[in-house]
Amino acid sequence: MIHFLLLFSRQGKLRLQKWFTPLSELEKKKVIRDMTLMVLARPPRTSNFLQWRDLKIVYKRYASLYFCTGLEEKDNELLALEMIHRYVELLDKYFGNVCELDIIFNFEKAYFILDEFLMGGEILETSKFAVGGSVEEADTLQETMEEYMSKPAY
Amino acid sequence: MPAVSKGDGMRGLAVFISDIRNCKSKEAEVKRINKELANIRSKFKGDKALDGYSKKKYVCKLLFIFLLGHDIDFGHMEAVNLLSSNKYTEKQIGYLFISVLVNSNSDLIRLINNAIKNDLASRNPTFMNLALHCIANVGSREMAEAFASEIPRILVAGDSMDSVKQSAALCLLRLNRTSPDLVPMEEWTARVVHLLNDQHLGVVTAATSLIITLAQKSPDDFKTSVSLAVTRLSRIVTSASIDLQDYTYYFVAAPWLSVKLLRLLQCYPPPEDTALRSRLTECLETILNKAQEPPKSKKVQHSNARNAVLLEAIALIIHHDSEPTLLVRACNQLGQFLQHRETNLRYLALESMCTLASSEFSHEAVKTHIETVISALKTERDVSVRQRAVDLLYAMCDRSNARQIVAEMLGYLETADYSIREEIVLKVAILAEKYAVDYTWYVDTILNLIRIAGDHVSEEVWYRVIQIVINRDDVQGYAAKTVFEALQAPACHENLVKVGGYILGEFGNLIAGDPRSSPLVQFNLLHSKFHLCSVPTRALLLSAYIKFINLFPEVKATIQDVLRSDSQLRNADVELQQRAVEYLRLSCIASADILATVLEEMPPFPERESSILAKLKKKKGSGKLPENVNGNAELHAEEPAAANKASPPPPTEVLALNPTPPAAAHSLLVDVFSDLSAPTAVAEDHLSRFVCKNNGVLYESQLLQVGLKSEYRQNLGRIYVFYGNKTSSSFLSFSSWVSSSDVLKTQLNVHAKAVEPVIEGGAQVQQVLNIECVTDFSDVPVLNVQFRYAGTLQNIEVKLPVMLNKFFQPTEMTSQDFFQRWKQLGAPQQEVQKIFKAQHPMETDAAKAKLLGFGVALLEGVDPNPANFVGAGIIHSKSAQVGCLLRLEPNTHAQMYRLTLRTSRDSVSQRLCQLLSEQF
Repeated sequence: MIHFLLLFSRQGKLRLQKWFTPLSELEKKKVIRDMTLMVLARPPRTSNFLQWRDLKIVYKRYASLYFCTGLEEKDNELLALEMIHRYVELLDKYFGNVCELDIIFNFEKAYFILDEFLMGGEILETSKFAVGGSVEEADTLQETMEEYMSKPAY
Repeated sequence: MPAVSKGDGMRGLAVFISDIRNCKSKEAEVKRINKELANIRSKFKGDKALDGYSKKKYVCKLLFIFLLGHDIDFGHMEAVNLLSSNKYTEKQIGYLFISVLVNSNSDLIRLINNAIKNDLASRNPTFMNLALHCIANVGSREMAEAFASEIPRILVAGDSMDSVKQSAALCLLRLNRTSPDLVPMEEWTARVVHLLNDQHLGVVTAATSLIITLAQKSPDDFKTSVSLAVTRLSRIVTSASIDLQDYTYYFVAAPWLSVKLLRLLQCYPPPEDTALRSRLTECLETILNKAQEPPKSKKVQHSNARNAVLLEAIALIIHHDSEPTLLVRACNQLGQFLQHRETNLRYLALESMCTLASSEFSHEAVKTHIETVISALKTERDVSVRQRAVDLLYAMCDRSNARQIVAEMLGYLETADYSIREEIVLKVAILAEKYAVDYTWYVDTILNLIRIAGDHVSEEVWYRVIQIVINRDDVQGYAAKTVFEALQAPACHENLVKVGGYILGEFGNLIAGDPRSSPLVQFNLLHSKFHLCSVPTRALLLSAYIKFINLFPEVKATIQDVLRSDSQLRNADVELQQRAVEYLRLSCIASADILATVLEEMPPFPERESSILAKLKKKKGSGKLPENVNGNAELHAEEPAAANKASPPPPTEVLALNPTPPAAAHSLLVDVFSDLSAPTAVAEDHLSRFVCKNNGVLYESQLLQVGLKSEYRQNLGRIYVFYGNKTSSSFLSFSSWVSSSDVLKTQLNVHAKAVEPVIEGGAQVQQVLNIECVTDFSDVPVLNVQFRYAGTLQNIEVKLPVMLNKFFQPTEMTSQDFFQRWKQLGAPQQEVQKIFKAQHPMETDAAKAKLLGFGVALLEGVDPNPANFVGAGIIHSKSAQVGCLLRLEPNTHAQMYRLTLRTSRDSVSQRLCQLLSEQF
């Protein structure tokens, strides 16, 4: 089971946080601090894995963003790497060549896409087609801003 | 500001985010945020009703502010309002806000649950998914209470859309993890297992995750999933990679599902059915074969996904530990990875080999890679990989290679990262002790450890070397000589001074014949370090000095001078001052005989488990010792054992001359004195008699007799307490009640019915106590009795024998089941082991009766050694049922027992071990 997924920049700015186990805000801050410190301090061309307390940490850098996830003892590290990659592909597919700014300005979309992909710390849907499809479908359900503004307030 | 790419834009939000990004300082950011918060607050409070779009925009802004790390204390109501919007985007933002910022406000929860209920009932799959996501994200008890019965229905309903089924499966999984008691699965088991046959691979993947978790909790109920999983796996493995369309990931067929299925199979032993078993073996062989084929793509994703499946298959092979050919192939495959150019694979190969090293079929094969692993330790650039190499060396160590491995680890220690030094020190200490044939080597190794990494040598390590030296007279002279030489170094670590002080104080006489280490030289050497040491070490040295006075009367005057000096007698530290005063007086007034008795050589320590291992286990659940790999299962102190030790005493106590208070008597070095401390209370003594039986006299005095009759069923118990008035006059104002500590109150409910306030002379009254075990506990409730007899108030407090084992239900199982479960409970904290001396005659029938009375079922013919006892049972509590396995190994020759308990909860293991070990 995945315990958390964090996205942060090379400067250590947190861009997305998803928690699959209940933690207090204080504990979350501690995890975020430890992860950014540990991962950013790693020299290049090292493995993508770390041990932290009783969790396996798997991280990978894509352009200016680090994707970092905490797994349980029995979980498969390599597949976690590919889980991260699949998420990047989904973001890419949605935003079209995703960059850090897309995630900053459309953070809610990044969360929605993640929700379609992971749930309760497990993979919900591995098919790129199925996940992408449901996010797109959700978009067609959205009205444009003009439509909103032209409607009377209730 | 980039153009918003898709869907609807919330321009105001984009402007705000852009403003925040342009802030030059933290203060500017806070100012901008406060301005925005004020704006939003006024909009929410304003007279004009907000339209859905504005509400969504403001809620989204609040969410953004919260995610930046600022507190948000309003807006929840608006977010809840969005939930009932029929516009998808508004609903979606509302749910996102609720998922991220849950508030335990009960009114709000009711409203949220209401909205969720409506969406679940809407039959609109998109809305249903949003609702299920919210439940899984929040996962609170209230939500579990409201929806736990609804979700299984959605999961197995014939008309649920596939995507809804997937969400329902994982939502259920989340609720089962957080509130298992609220998610009854019995009714649904068969249909959930059947989901493994579903046509939609996404549904199968989600369902497999759910089944893994459920099967870990109740393996029997989900046994049927094994054959389905094998069939499914075999279909995937043999499929041409295009068959699965979108579930093929970079030319690898459904890697996520394959890994999940292999994980599920790791919850069970190898299938008994031969056809099924050979089908599974075929699958595993195919996966191993595929690894040898040329890659279908150069992309790293392809090789990662392929190797993920391969490593999971190897994990299953290791778990089954039954097919030697597969094990050897697995080992060879990992051997290839050890030399792979991908750092990740080298890391994972080292990790998997650690578990492989504990299999008897492959331990030897793993050992052949020792040179590669040692070179990894020396040449890997990545500290995580080096750490794994240390773990593997530790796991593959046995008598044949211990010297080489310990030497390599010591060498590595000089350059190792500070973060992992303490762990390496512990590992070296354990290996050196476990595989020491020659104890001079052991002493050298530990002194080397202190020399190289003194700061990282914890107390347990140097306590242990002293225990061993004291217990083995063949090594004492050597130890004294070696520490004496080591202390010659101009700068030596304080830990060395401690070991040196203790050992010379005990065995300095063994080397005093040599003029180069005459008593005075020894004393001067120790005392030259005195002023550099901390208070606890100085206290230890003072004790060593008084021991010197006994060993060497010729240096008595010198030492008395030192003790008499102002810096000792008037030391600001109370402990040091007191020692100086007491030792000085002792040396002045006591005759040589008395001195010799008081300061006699320390008696051997009772054989016991190494506390270093406990420390290592506590530190990290990594690197298990290859126990009993070569059948060296002798029962002696070197055997690693479990973590049920109290923390060691402060070092000042190490040489304490006065009997230590009983509280400390459980601790490490001082419990040589435990024979001197009398049992504390009579009531306590009675208590242990009730561990294995339910009826008897609990308390008796000249006035009163208290008897008990108790019965237990599952997590409930009833005790009949009989109060007998032994006098001829009445007890007045009689009352009795049960009190519990604050912790115990949350774990155990005890309800006492009221009793008559008067007990006539010679009469007996009965009181009924109803007991409910809420969760596992280790305190004992106290029965308080108060009454007036002959004008004086009598108060009696007796411990009430309600212990955790009373809630045992015996479980019969086959030998295979037993070992299967035994293996599953293999995590270090799940096992507690204790080695102890028999207090009663070691009779088989008596032991059996005690174990049955303890509450477990005795399993015959399970243990290969017929003298051993093996038992199983389930502890029932309101919150959970904890399965317990135990093994009791008597060693009549040594008059010792070794007791091992494995349960899924470490507190239960520890408590049961404590209770049972006192019975033999």
